Formats: sequence, structure tokens, C-alpha cells
Amino acid sequence: MTPFIKKSWQKVKADFPIFSQKINGQPLVYLDSTASTQKPRAVIDAVKDFYETYYANVHRGIYTLSEKASEAYELVRQKVAQFINASSATEIIFTRNATESINLVAFTWGRQNIKRGDRIVLTEMEHHANLVPWQVLAKEKGAQLAFIPVAPNGRLDISHLDTLLAKQTKLVAFTHMSNVLGTINPAREMVRQIRKKAPQAVVLVDGAQSAPHFQVDMKKIDADFYVFSSHKMLGPTGVGVLYGKHELLEHMPPFLTGGDMISHVTLHEARWNDLPWKFEAGTPNIAGTIGFGAAIDYLQAVGMERVFSHEQELTALAIKELTAIPGLTIYGPREVKDRGGAVSFSMKDIHPHDLASILDEQGVAVRAGHHCAQPLHEILGVESTTRASFYLYNTEADVQSLANALKKAKELFNI
Amino acid sequence: MSFDMYRQIIIDHSRKPKNFGTLKQPDGVAERNNPLCGDRISISYRTDKAKKKLQEVKFDGAGCSIARAAASILTEKTTGKSFQDLKKYSDDDFIKDMGVPITPARRKCALLALETLRQAAHAEPKKNN
Repeated sequence: MTPFIKKSWQKVKADFPIFSQKINGQPLVYLDSTASTQKPRAVIDAVKDFYETYYANVHRGIYTLSEKASEAYELVRQKVAQFINASSATEIIFTRNATESINLVAFTWGRQNIKRGDRIVLTEMEHHANLVPWQVLAKEKGAQLAFIPVAPNGRLDISHLDTLLAKQTKLVAFTHMSNVLGTINPAREMVRQIRKKAPQAVVLVDGAQSAPHFQVDMKKIDADFYVFSSHKMLGPTGVGVLYGKHELLEHMPPFLTGGDMISHVTLHEARWNDLPWKFEAGTPNIAGTIGFGAAIDYLQAVGMERVFSHEQELTALAIKELTAIPGLTIYGPREVKDRGGAVSFSMKDIHPHDLASILDEQGVAVRAGHHCAQPLHEILGVESTTRASFYLYNTEADVQSLANALKKAKELFNI
Repeated sequence: MSFDMYRQIIIDHSRKPKNFGTLKQPDGVAERNNPLCGDRISISYRTDKAKKKLQEVKFDGAGCSIARAAASILTEKTTGKSFQDLKKYSDDDFIKDMGVPITPARRKCALLALETLRQAAHAEPKKNN
């Protein structure tokens, strides 16, 4: 890909073919990147190129094409390791998505290590993906769940963390950034505190909303597990990442079993393959993974620092514009520091679904609902919210379109 | 630009819904929610003496304007309907009776009340396979 230093954001947007079309006669204003992101031409081309010129299964053939495919697939693993500063590519397991990555840990490490009476500490702001697998595990094992509360300002109240970290705490799992509130949790400080107070506990960080938006560093954060998804960071769907510390992964039993994850099989038993393949049974999403590699290249060419500061500018503008609309309530921190570009809000007397429909009529795509975080909405005291979220292809004009569309919705409902 | 779905009829019905509330001593009651947003609609009804017809239908709960308007319209359209007719009352029939175009994304909202009433009345239509 041609390198671009300080490419304008308008030109970045032009790299995404989807923006050349109109939705309901309006230019597409896509404000749902927290759910999934659009794909740049480079990612689409990488997938197409793989299918057209070197498609074959990986880790199998002796022939040239399979070698080329395997090499490309494994190269992405190295890219991912370098992108998040893992110690080694053997710590990178490819899964289907972040949800599967968490389930992998729950089903393997969890079932092996969580016992009756153990405690699993989560937060009140978790996505269902980082809540339900632990509920199921806790029920099965007779373990207990405890939750770090969310303060009224939309940040975690970690003042009681030490109390929550009772000596039977075996696992602490929390999101790096809330997909509803936009809150960025102080992962590094939290892990440090957990290590001090509950050295026996394993820490899993849900990076589905952080890895796409700002630089994450496994050596600095020092979590035991870290998960994220390709499709939320410009890559194809169907590819997720589980980062795990080598020693933990080494001692975990496999998740799914079958081809590729074995080193030797007889009719009655099998030996497991080395890391990371021990956790990758069956033919993986090769094309998607190769596309994911192109997505990482694209993000790195723009620069994660630039991506984040651009999103913060848009978030600051959105908070300013939306706060000025009477009857509109924003959930989550008002200050942009330690906050990402997911802005959830509600409008007095207009249900989020109606608001999203009216915005859609004006070409503005936002999410309405509980955003897979129903318990958090209960705490916020609402059934659902409307959420606008930003990524590198959004512009100030998009934020303006959002504000205008919201004003139009109020006119339509005569409020 | 078309805001067809939000014609006055939807806005009126959702703001001033007909038959809003819960019947005391109902002959049937059910509650369903929309998993997308957690909206809840409950339906209660009373039958005639012969237990063949819906004599009174009420709805309760929180929802978007489409879900509320649909519930309000549903209570009007089904009062006096026989259980036999209710079984034949299809999703499309009901959306037609709403009198506004419903976009595919909002069908779930529009049909929530009807599905709840069917559940309450044990009048789920047969699946054609």
C-alpha cells in the first residue's frame, strides 16, 4: 500500500468504497463503528487477491500455493503480535470474534480453574459477551460473581476494588472501553492493583473497543488475556483474536478439537499441537485473516495516535453539539479525556428506535437498543439508548449531520 | 424525504393510546419483549360469555412509537374478533390494518403486540412448511 503521511481525513474517507453510495437519497453518514466498521479498498483487495491468485488451505499442502497461503496467514499473526506488543506470535490465537475468544477462556481455563466458592469479579458496564460466559461458568461451578460499580459520571468506581478482590478471587474480567458510555478504563492501573491485592487472580481485558481505536501494549497493560475482533477495526467479519500469556495458554486444555490442533492421532487418543495451533481446530478463516492483516497495515499507516486524536476531536464536537439540543441527555463522561468515540444518548419523549429510524431517513446510521449491555442500561435507568460512534473515516460534517437530523426529529415529533 | 412511517396516525396512537392499561380478572394475559431493545408489551383480554370472542383487549408496557401505536391499533382491531378469526389474522393483515408503511427494520416493533396477543390467546398461527 502506498504510504500516506498526514493524509487528509476526507481522503481517508475516499479509501472506503461504501461511502460513494447514497442511502435514502442522502450521502451515507455512518455512525455505528462500535458495532462494526466499514472496510477500506486495501482490505477488500487483499481478500480478493488471495482468492484470485494464491487461494489454498493452510498448514497442509507441500505445494506452492498452500505454502504461500500459510505464509500469508502466519504473517498476520506476527502483525497482530507486533500491533499489540505481545512477546511472541505464539501468544496470538485466531478465533471467530471477541465473543468466541472469551468463551474459549471460559471453557478451557475457566472450567479447569474455577471451583465452588471462587469469585469472579466483573464490572457493571460489560458487554453481554464478557458477562454471560462468566454467569454460565459461575452457575456450573458454584462460583460467585461480584461487580465493580459504575459511578454516576460514567466511570468505574474503583475505590472499592480492594474490597471486591477477596482472597477467593480467581478471575477479574473487565472492558478496556465501554461500548455504551465510551469510558476508557485505566486497565494498566487496575491490573497493577489486582496483582497487588489478588496475585492469584487471572485478568482478562475485553479490548473489542480499545484495540481498534488507540495503541494498546500487552507488556504495559500486563493482562493475562486480551480479546478483540477484526471487524471492529476495518477487517473482515469472522476473525477474532485471543491474546494469552504463553505460560497460561500452555497449561490450558484445548477448546475445540479436530484437525490442525493435533500433533499425533491414533484411533484412541491424540496429542495436541504446539501453541498457538492447539487452539485453532479445523480450517480457519484464512481470507478474513489475510484481510485483517491489510486492516492492521492501514491503521498503522494512518497511525493509531492520529486515529485516536481525530476521534477525540469528533467526540468533543459531538458532545458540544448534542448538549446544546434541549431534551437530549448524554450518558457517559462529558470530558474527552480517557473517553472514546461512542456517544450514547436519549431524547425526551422520543424512543431510541424512533429516533434511529428518523435519522436513517436522513442518511444517518446510528444504533438504537441496549447495545448488548442490558444490565448497564438498567443502572442508567433506561430500557435503551441511541448511540453514535466515530472512527477514522468520520468527519466534522458527519457530526453536523447528526445534530441536524436530531433537530429534524424533534420537529417531526413536535417537541 | 419521506417520513411515511411517522404519519400522524402513529404519533397520535403512541401519544394517546387506546385501551392502555391492564384488565382486572382477565381471561388471558401475556407479556413479551423485543430482544433488540428490551421493550415490553403486555396484553390482557376478556372474552364473551361463550368464550368465543375477544370482548375487551388492553395493552400495557413501554415501547417505541411503532410498538405502542401497533398495540393501540391492535386492541381496536381485535375487540369483537373471534378466536377463530384471530388465528387467521396474519402479520401482513395486521400491518395492512395499521395503515402506514412499516420498514423491514421495524417489523419486529410493529408485530410485538400481535405476537403477545396470540400468546395470551393461544392463537399462534400454524407454520406453513
